[in-house]
Amino acid sequence: MRDLSSGPGRVLVFVYGVFAVAATGRSLVQLGADADKAPVAYSLSLLAAVIYLVATTCLLLGGRRSWLIAVVACTIELVGVLVVGTLSYVDTALFPDKTVWSHFGQGYGFLPLVLPFVGLAWLRVTRPAAHGSTVQRGTVQRST
Amino acid sequence: MGAVLVLSVVALLGIAVLLVKDETAGDSLFALLAVIEVVLLVQLVIGSVQLSGTERDVSGVLFVSYLVGILTALPIGAFWSLAERTRAGTAVLGAAAFTVVALELRLDVIWAGAGA
Repeated sequence: MRDLSSGPGRVLVFVYGVFAVAATGRSLVQLGADADKAPVAYSLSLLAAVIYLVATTCLLLGGRRSWLIAVVACTIELVGVLVVGTLSYVDTALFPDKTVWSHFGQGYGFLPLVLPFVGLAWLRVTRPAAHGSTVQRGTVQRST
Repeated sequence: MGAVLVLSVVALLGIAVLLVKDETAGDSLFALLAVIEVVLLVQLVIGSVQLSGTERDVSGVLFVSYLVGILTALPIGAFWSLAERTRAGTAVLGAAAFTVVALELRLDVIWAGAGA
């Protein structure tokens, strides 16, 4: 399979890394300053931070297992940004303070909304044991 | 600090040209990024001094963490980019420069006292 962190993946790792740091920083500041103000939003900030960290790590490590975990992480990320994004418009009382995913990541140039789609697209290109192009030379691969 | 923004935008334009022409970054671009990094260091010093002297309602921890955090983007981006001298590597430099712009704008907001 292709290296997860080369080519377009290299850019992706960097951007995921930036968001991992941004989301971690945000949740630490929020939880440290006033954890009781918006427990739901702050928990989600922390979840987002963990998801970005996991995705970054898996892309860096590469390999079949990392690929699988990355798919799960990106899927949770996609569901998270869609659900939180929608809820932050519909049920404003639930989110007295913002998270990375509020309003579909408006505070971050909507990148949090775009990122999981790009991530999943890249993981689709690099999926292990794909037919044809990504099969490494000299190995025989057969689907069982 | 307008200097950071101006230099970063110049760097971004240079990187955009490189990306279009599918060329890798040369010494001049890395020199520009180094200059930006030095300006960011100066900004850390000036910002910290101004913070200690201001009477405004600025969140100190947040402000300083941004002043320090913004220093990391370019070095990490540069090393991560140099590991792969391709168009993707150049795009990483673009992402790093863009991060600097975004963080710098955030710094302005935090300094104005509206950040949280």
